[in-house]
This record gives sequence, C-alpha cells and structure tokens, in this order.
Amino acid sequence: MDKRSEMHRRERRRYIVGYGGSLLLTLAVFTIAYKYGIQTKGVYLSIALLGLAQLIVQLVYFLHIDRRRSSREDLDLVLFSTLVLLIIILGTVWIMGNLAVRMHTYPM
Amino acid sequence: MKRAPTHSYPGLNLGRRHASADKASEVVTFGFWVFLMSDLVYFGLMFAIYITMIDAQAGGPGPHELYDLKSIFAQTLILLTSSLTVGLAMLALKYNLPRARIVLWFGVTLVLGLSFLVLEIRDFMAMADKGGIPQRSGFLSAFYGLVPLHGLHVATGCIWLIVLGIQLRLFGLTDRLMSRVVRLALFWHFLDLIWIGIITIVYFGGLSYG
Repeated sequence: MDKRSEMHRRERRRYIVGYGGSLLLTLAVFTIAYKYGIQTKGVYLSIALLGLAQLIVQLVYFLHIDRRRSSREDLDLVLFSTLVLLIIILGTVWIMGNLAVRMHTYPM
Repeated sequence: MKRAPTHSYPGLNLGRRHASADKASEVVTFGFWVFLMSDLVYFGLMFAIYITMIDAQAGGPGPHELYDLKSIFAQTLILLTSSLTVGLAMLALKYNLPRARIVLWFGVTLVLGLSFLVLEIRDFMAMADKGGIPQRSGFLSAFYGLVPLHGLHVATGCIWLIVLGIQLRLFGLTDRLMSRVVRLALFWHFLDLIWIGIITIVYFGGLSYG
C-alpha cells in the first residue's frame, strides 16, 4: 500500500473514532436524562461532565488540537479564549446571582 | 512504518502533498481561528445571559412546557453526523479522491445542515404556539438570543457550502479553494462544539434549574 492511501486511511479512522466517541457520549447523556429525569443535581452534574468530555473528544479528533509541538500555538489561543470566557460567564453569574439574593428575588 | 503527518499550522491541515496550498493556508487559517475564538466569546456572553435569566420567566411558559427533547436528540445526531461528513469531504479533497466522492460528502453535509435547520424552525414554531415568544419573558428573550444565533451560523455555513460548490464547478480545485474548504470544515466543527454547549446548558440546564 502506498504512503498516500495509508495516510488517508489513518486520517479517516481518526474522524470515525471521534464520531463514534461523540455518538456514545450523546447517547449516554440522553439515556441518563430519559431514565433518571433531570431534576436532581447529581444527574445534571453527570450530564455536564459528559458534555465536557464530548467537547474534548471533538477538539482532539475533529479539530486536531493536541499537545504536539506544532499545534501548541493554537492550544494557547484556545486556552486563552477559554479563560476569557470563564471570567465572563462565572463573573456574570456570580454578580447577578449576588444581586438577586440582595434584592430578595432568590432564596439564600 | 510512517510517522504521523506533521502539522505546520493549527487545526486541519492540507499536508505536504499540497505544499503550496498548505503554505498559503497557514496565516489565514490561524486568522480564522482568531475569528472563531472571538465568536466563541460572543456565544459565551449569550450563555451567561441565559444562565442569569433562567428564573426570569415572569409567569410565562418555562423549559418544561417548551422544550421537546426528542427533537433536540434528532438535531444533535444530525449535526454530529454532518460534522463527520464535512471532515470526510475535506479528506476527499485532500487526497484527490474521485469527484463523485467529493460531491457526495458535500451534498450529504448540505442536506444534513438544512434538515437541522428545518427541525429547529419547527421547534421554534411549536414553542411560539405555546406562547413561548421572545417578548414574553426575560428567559425567552435570552433563549431566542442564543439558540437562533447558532441556527443563523448553521444557515451561513450552508450558504458558504453552496458558494464553494459553485466555485468548485467554475474554477476547479485550486489552492485557494482548498484553503477555503479547510476553513469551512473548521467553522462546521466549531458549530458542533457550540451545539454541545447549547444542549448541556440551555436544554438540560434549563430543565434542571428552570
């Protein structure tokens, strides 16, 4: 087998593995939601963790972001943007939640 | 045994076979990543607004009356599969597979993208029938600010796909076109990532805390 089709096969396998992983995680999330309901905190926590796992699977297998030297520049960009994002989201939720408690619209 | 292909720039790569296209892509692809990340910050703001608005239902319909998890499940599967097919389309271009294969994967991606949009619009119409319109409450305003924004991105991706198909027909497989396909694939994968955030935070989060 020549080099080109060998590389093609490897790249295609990478996509299919990523797809299979994401599919399993999606099925797991919806099965949990269907079987246990979504009301309790523990169930939601596991759904959120499975969602996070799926984000990582897709970043690695579809977007080819990893810790290899050549794609590190890009990992820096993604990590920095994630940091900005977390500051925005957690900051907003913290401040607005605190405001809601002080305005007595939300139980302590 | 060959070593894994080295990546000269972040994300999807054209590789050494298309050396000139690869080199031309390097800067624009990184620039496109910067655009994607600023788009991510925009989505992040909309997520933050949604989280703070989850209780602001003002007596209107809430997540339990409005969300249809079966439809969300179908949309998730469709979008995930389209993310695979856009990747396969990219590979078909990269390895010069027969034209029929390239057209097939692009066609499947377009059909999946459009069916995602149809399902999503049907959901919005069903919500509106139950009184879930944007001006009803802060919660619904936040919902309609976020989820259709993602849908708008998918619609843009579909238009982009059609334009690239026309260009492929008119100009053939040029270096420039290949680098555009790389960016489309990045964009499409990115939309799938945002969708995971939407099902986790908007739909499941809404049902848990709303």
